[in-house]
Amino acid sequence: MDPVDIARWQFGITTVYHFLLVPLTLGLGPTVAIMQTMWVRTGNERYLRMTKFWGKLYLINFIMGVATGIVQEFQFGMAWSEYSRFVGDVFGAPLAMEGLLAFFIESTFLGLWIFGWNRLPKRLHLATLWLAVLGSIVSAFFIIAANSWMQHPVGIEFIDGRPVLTDIFAVLSNNTAIAAYTHTIFGALGVGGAFLLGIAWYQLWQRRKDNIDTVDAAGRVVVGENRTIPGRDKADHSVWITSLRWGAVVAIIGFAGVAITGDYQAKLMFEQQPMKMAAAEAACADGTGFSVLAFGDLAAQDCSQVTTVIEIPGLLSFLANGDFTTEVKGVNTLVPIYQDKYGTNLPDNPILGDRAGQAIDYVPLMAVTYWGFRLMIGFGALAAFAAVVALWMTRKGTVPKSKWLMRLALLGILAPFAASAAGWVFTEMGRQPFVVAPNPTPGGIDGVFMFTASAVSPGVEPWEMIVSLVALTLVYLALLVVEVGLLWKYARAGVAGVMPELDESHDDTDKTDDVLAFAY
Amino acid sequence: MDVLPTIWFVAIGALWIGYLVLEGFDLGVGMHMLFTGRSDAQRRVMLNTIGPVWDGNEVWLLTAGAATFAAFPLWYASLFSTLYLPLVLVLLGLIFRAVSIEYRGKGATERWTRFWDFSIGIGSLVVAFGIGAALALTTTGLPINENGDRVGGPFVWLNGYAILGGLAVIGFCLVHGAAFLALKTDGPIREKTGKFLVRWSPVFLLPIVAWVLIIQFQHGTILSWALVVIAVVAVVIAWLSARAGREGRAFTGIAVFVAAGAGAIFAAVYPVVLPSTLDPAFSLTVSNASSGDYTLMVMSIVTGIFLPVVIAYQAWTYWVFRKRISETHIPTKHVVVAAVGK
Repeated sequence: MDPVDIARWQFGITTVYHFLLVPLTLGLGPTVAIMQTMWVRTGNERYLRMTKFWGKLYLINFIMGVATGIVQEFQFGMAWSEYSRFVGDVFGAPLAMEGLLAFFIESTFLGLWIFGWNRLPKRLHLATLWLAVLGSIVSAFFIIAANSWMQHPVGIEFIDGRPVLTDIFAVLSNNTAIAAYTHTIFGALGVGGAFLLGIAWYQLWQRRKDNIDTVDAAGRVVVGENRTIPGRDKADHSVWITSLRWGAVVAIIGFAGVAITGDYQAKLMFEQQPMKMAAAEAACADGTGFSVLAFGDLAAQDCSQVTTVIEIPGLLSFLANGDFTTEVKGVNTLVPIYQDKYGTNLPDNPILGDRAGQAIDYVPLMAVTYWGFRLMIGFGALAAFAAVVALWMTRKGTVPKSKWLMRLALLGILAPFAASAAGWVFTEMGRQPFVVAPNPTPGGIDGVFMFTASAVSPGVEPWEMIVSLVALTLVYLALLVVEVGLLWKYARAGVAGVMPELDESHDDTDKTDDVLAFAY
Repeated sequence: MDVLPTIWFVAIGALWIGYLVLEGFDLGVGMHMLFTGRSDAQRRVMLNTIGPVWDGNEVWLLTAGAATFAAFPLWYASLFSTLYLPLVLVLLGLIFRAVSIEYRGKGATERWTRFWDFSIGIGSLVVAFGIGAALALTTTGLPINENGDRVGGPFVWLNGYAILGGLAVIGFCLVHGAAFLALKTDGPIREKTGKFLVRWSPVFLLPIVAWVLIIQFQHGTILSWALVVIAVVAVVIAWLSARAGREGRAFTGIAVFVAAGAGAIFAAVYPVVLPSTLDPAFSLTVSNASSGDYTLMVMSIVTGIFLPVVIAYQAWTYWVFRKRISETHIPTKHVVVAAVGK
């Protein structure tokens, strides 16, 4: 097996996995911080309960993001040493800044928050959470800035065959980075919002199923309580309905932001990586129409096999240029341009092994880019629609008794996850065959691009990478089962699961003043 | 002399020392959970001494790695690709340890907690070994060719130095972890780790002392020998303090010992960052492996401003959680059940 393929599968699996965890951290973090802020400001216990409950789920997920994040940093050097040598002068700086400016803050202050309940003064304790959340948001920026440099290298000169950093501010203010970062953050809010919505819906449904909450003739909720079930008092209802509404609103804000920033990003992409966008459309010939459905063998990478069935005239031009008439270049037009600019074959370098001198295929896997693009948009739109419907359906204070709607609400949690995974797969696969895409815009520097096939570690044996690929994949799968299991366990337990004091069936007689408010 | 690359060599040395001093006791506590804690309550006492701080400490490793990537990309690329398999083990160890710390208390059964305890202990052991082997090999050399790529297959790194380095860091972590537990707990754990320190630290510190001395006899300079003297004085004071029951001073002494010892190694091997055992001409040095001056300058400014801030708020964290922990502080386990009616 080709080491490039193994290394790519490994990077793809570990990155997509990592990015299932990260958006939940990014989306849930600010929401929990706002909950705690509301508690500190109003003293209303509802917000304390919300903070404790959602904070626990946040932490269960957070740790997995930490654990899988370090794999990302190590594997550049381990599996992609040629890449690291080529880009190190530029690419390492944002990674190191991420550690120094963001990840230290995030990890240290989160530790303070977890163990600081009842130990730090209330406001200081709140500040530790805000700092941790801020750390995660800043952290994402540096990582996206590094990735965006691979999509669109700026701020450099080309010296002795390597890009050399000349302007760090250009790297950090790269328009690609601004677009991708805002897109990612709004997407993360969508993920966090849908998570709140789905679980709160389940809890409200459970209260109705247990006949705690009922509805009157007008369909309005009549809140009840059941003292035999831990935590099911009247205040419990307000925790869930508030969480549900917050979730829906956060999700709607997120999806609106995603649409706006996505449009901006697409316009940049048509300029910066025209081939990616042509492949996203499976657009072989130049044209103006957006393909809604295409049939044929996209995997054949052969334009004669693709038949566009439904097309919206002018929409593609609108996405690319903001008008309805400018033709967008198709794959057939672009390939010769790329061959002319970047060559037809890989160099005859012995460190490339079997790949030396191979012909370069400039067309990304169209089946992946075409469907990746559509799944991203489709799942995002679906989740946005669901959030609006959910808000309307719960306007009278609770959810319908239907079990199917409850299941749908829980299932809806997955939609924005799927959208963000599809988005990453699209943008990374769409950059192929480059690992560092050339910058064709006026600021671009000749020579600064790298083929993925030239980027892997020449000294590493394919079987070593297979070992790590299999090991990491199996461990990740096992841990996914554990994480989802724990999330579900705590989600079902409700607030009493995280606030034992609400559980009236147990009497905590051994309460001394000095116990740890939180302990592992 | 290359000023900026030299500054960055010192900076990366400092990041690794920060990692060893801070994460050293986290890993040590993790390993002690395998055999020092005799009951669930005792193991929880141990885990909660590092609970608020271990994640912040692990960031020192990430930052050391990323700073190496930024300042010495060729060093980073050659070292990480050459040590592919041991680093896979380090990653798996880090993953298991992190997840275990967070998840061990979230299950009801004894099997659940025992599994995660075991995973914390073994994870810490594997990480300590891998990091030790990697650090030792970057000082003693690896078979890298002109391009900096490994020659000789996936296990070519596995030699006496790798094992010595691995054992050195494991031994140090056990001692440092014991010193930390003696300082941060009360009750049986405090007694046991205090005794462990007096009885076993001379044995467990032998490999790290051997590694330091081997490097000194090969490359020692006046500066590096001076650091060795500091390390020796510190470790003797640490042992005497441990015997006298002065836990704070013992812990500090061991921290100074590893800082000076690692500092002596870095000072001795300078300016080589990764020697090639094939041909000295292929060795990576601070001048041929570094990034350009602009990048190093940017990194210097960022680090100069933010590293002191990091140290300040991390120090504050230790102040907030300065109290000793004992079994009476550990809350009873709370069984999490679904809030569902019958």
